[in-house]
Amino acid sequence: MKHRVSNTKLHSKVYRGGKKEATQSYSTIRRGADDAGNKGRRRKAAWLKDPMNVIITGVGGQGNVLASRVLAGMLVNAGFYVTIGETFGMSQRGGSVMSHLRISQKSIMSPQIPLGQADIIIALEPVEALRVLIKYGNPKVAVLANSRVVYPIGVITGELNYPSLNEIKNVLQKTAARSWLIDATEAAVALGNPVLSNVVIIGALAAVNLLPIDRKAFVKEIAKNMAADKQKNNLAAFAAGFQLIQ
Amino acid sequence: MSKLLSPAGSEVLFMGNEAIARGALEAGVNVATGYPGTPSSEVIESLGAVANARNLYVEWSTNEKVALEVAAAASFAGLRAMCVMKQNGVNVASDFLLHLTGSGTRGGIVLVTCEDPGALSSVNEGESRYFARMLEIPLLEPANFQEAKDLTRWAFELSEKIKNIVVLRSVTRMSHASGNVICGKLPTKSRRAYFVYDGSIMDQERGPVIGTPVVAKHYLQQEKLKKAAALFEKSPFNNYRGPKKPELLLITSSACFLYSQEAISMLGLQKRVGLLKLGCTWPLPSKLLKKHLSSTRKILIVEEVLPFLEENVKVLAAGILKEIGIKTFYGKMDETLPSAGELNSDLVAAALSKILKVKYQSLPASYQQEIKKIIPLVPLREQTFCPGCPHRASFWSIHNAIQLDGREGIVCGDIGCYALAALFPSCGFNTVRTLHSMGSGTGIASGFAKLGAFGFAKPVIAVCGDSTFYHAAIPALINAQHNRADITFIVLDNSGTAMTGFQPHPGLTISAAGDAIPAVEIAGICEAIGAKVAISDPFDLDKTCKILNAFMEETGSLKVLILQQECALSPEKKDKKQFLMKVDEELCRGDNCGCNRLCTRIFRCPALVWDRAKKKAVIDDVICAGCGVCYSICPQKAIVRTEAIK
Repeated sequence: MKHRVSNTKLHSKVYRGGKKEATQSYSTIRRGADDAGNKGRRRKAAWLKDPMNVIITGVGGQGNVLASRVLAGMLVNAGFYVTIGETFGMSQRGGSVMSHLRISQKSIMSPQIPLGQADIIIALEPVEALRVLIKYGNPKVAVLANSRVVYPIGVITGELNYPSLNEIKNVLQKTAARSWLIDATEAAVALGNPVLSNVVIIGALAAVNLLPIDRKAFVKEIAKNMAADKQKNNLAAFAAGFQLIQ
Repeated sequence: MSKLLSPAGSEVLFMGNEAIARGALEAGVNVATGYPGTPSSEVIESLGAVANARNLYVEWSTNEKVALEVAAAASFAGLRAMCVMKQNGVNVASDFLLHLTGSGTRGGIVLVTCEDPGALSSVNEGESRYFARMLEIPLLEPANFQEAKDLTRWAFELSEKIKNIVVLRSVTRMSHASGNVICGKLPTKSRRAYFVYDGSIMDQERGPVIGTPVVAKHYLQQEKLKKAAALFEKSPFNNYRGPKKPELLLITSSACFLYSQEAISMLGLQKRVGLLKLGCTWPLPSKLLKKHLSSTRKILIVEEVLPFLEENVKVLAAGILKEIGIKTFYGKMDETLPSAGELNSDLVAAALSKILKVKYQSLPASYQQEIKKIIPLVPLREQTFCPGCPHRASFWSIHNAIQLDGREGIVCGDIGCYALAALFPSCGFNTVRTLHSMGSGTGIASGFAKLGAFGFAKPVIAVCGDSTFYHAAIPALINAQHNRADITFIVLDNSGTAMTGFQPHPGLTISAAGDAIPAVEIAGICEAIGAKVAISDPFDLDKTCKILNAFMEETGSLKVLILQQECALSPEKKDKKQFLMKVDEELCRGDNCGCNRLCTRIFRCPALVWDRAKKKAVIDDVICAGCGVCYSICPQKAIVRTEAIK
């Protein structure tokens, strides 16, 4: 039986799939002049892979675009080339949405990640994580997903089935190198607004240590683009997300 | 400070559309106009936000043709102007554009068209590059975000050099993608408008701005195009990377350059494939192409959507065949690449691997097996009206009124979010039967209503959004009234151009720059035409349905129903619930109710879900927008609403 998920112990708890532990440390490399003739700048690199391919997915209205902008902003501030590909407009009305982020120390990339080449999948809705895994997954992918369900219309009408959270966990365990399933929406609701789920997830992303982002970088980025009255709530959401992983 | 006004030298993450806007600012643009349409809207939106700070005139015009006319006036007065639209907007503007290219222009003027390969947010896959060839004007296509800025800036210079309008074409994956851009200098001086018209008719600088004598001016226009071609030969926006004698020459432009570059590196073909990227795609820089076409025998052309570049390169090659030798061309025409839809790195890599017979390493078979197992678990997520969307309520009433009427009335659809009612029929309760270009629903309805003499007796309804009403529905409405077409015209008025992000339109009291301006009322226009007009709140299902039934019964005239309710995503409404909704478990009879799950199976609101364990309906509080409409649909009155405390 696939039923509606409530805030039971099962979902409010952090789920950690996979076997490997994050073992990266931040190092600083110096980049030489690139093809465009830009002078070398200091760039932090927590990995050797270039580009780093990140997909942020969810359902229209969950704040996918904001999450990708904030994340990209932090990385641009840190000196990386970031390319974001996203779709909005009618394509987002109730449907699945996806932002592709390519993070590189060398150049701008294509705004669409090639099939099977995601390094990190961030999902604001659990089944959307699976949808993206089908197209972009590979044995090394890391998945950070919100456990809070948004039912597709076909499930509401009874024509389609929605997998149970256990089924989703099983899939993540088998197809992702590392995965985290957290109830970001519950944390956001506790802060007074479910729409903050996207920032909770960004906080959790900082905690899993896959990208060179932290609270300081987040503060700097939202100070640039967000009204002062909104910053406090967003900081709290970031901290709550970080806590969910710790 | 707005990101768009970042100081020279700073590196900023710009969306392609913001980069275009910044390029225009660096060129010293004075007037910018447009009509909203995905993926173009952010260009004018971001310029509107800095209009007062930079002393610009920025306008959301009624439609694309008017937008181009307003921009042209600025050019005639020696100012720099830009006009922005989506691909099909160029069709709307094209009649004026044809005549503008004949008269020529003065101050630099650029038409920006942001196109949508794959129709991610369109109901067409229109290509406007052919307009550049057909109307004999230059065409530029940026291939990354930095170029989106730099090429826009240069487009103004080019326009002033040749004294004609220049087209800059972007695509969704450029306009709505973002990347690092290094800002240039913003000019400190602004131009003064200065319109001179007393010179001779052939004097483009001082004479009247007119396209006659046609043949003489046509020759003049063609001279301008030759001048552009000469400039293109040396343009840094056309460049080549690869071996001197590549095994395969890949010619591309726009976002396809990024796909091509990635595909070449995915397959490790850097030493075998040469990549010729063209920023100037019409007229073609023929000498540059001749040089590169001579360097190899195999040529692949990568572009979206139609084979525009492919055709033009082939025509050029045919003319110089003796000098360059016989070539094999690959592209859309031989189906090496798909002939419709958008491209990506994978599709280009597939084409390369087919031509050069190289294998692309894919994922391990065991992993692919695991992935295959996921597919049946993932339910399709169909697009639908948002929770709290007024359109769901409007179509609910339209459907019920048609059922009550009993004559199988038909609805002609139009362009806006409410087009979803046609794209996913059950989302509009299976009422909408046609969907074409902006305003066409009204014209088509007017036509259906005149088929009575041929035995067509169904009531005819047209739906139209508020922004669409001003854009193109008014002439069709006048046509219906004048020709006594018996239609019920419904305006789905949600107080803004909602689908593209709430840009203002003539019905609102705010300009693109945020200043107060007078509104032009829809009801007033319809009454002036002579139509019978009623206004209702679509959330009042009973009243709306009653008016519709009365209108459908009344024959021989044009009836207009304006359904006013703000979009659920509008800044005024978002995150503010009017009602707190709940399903009373005692009252909901679940599967035992005769309603056959009307609320979840038919009404289809994402927030009104079916609890499969309890076999009853339940409201998802996180998703519910609190519009309260579902309160009216439950025959058991099991859905209860309480006024939210504000």
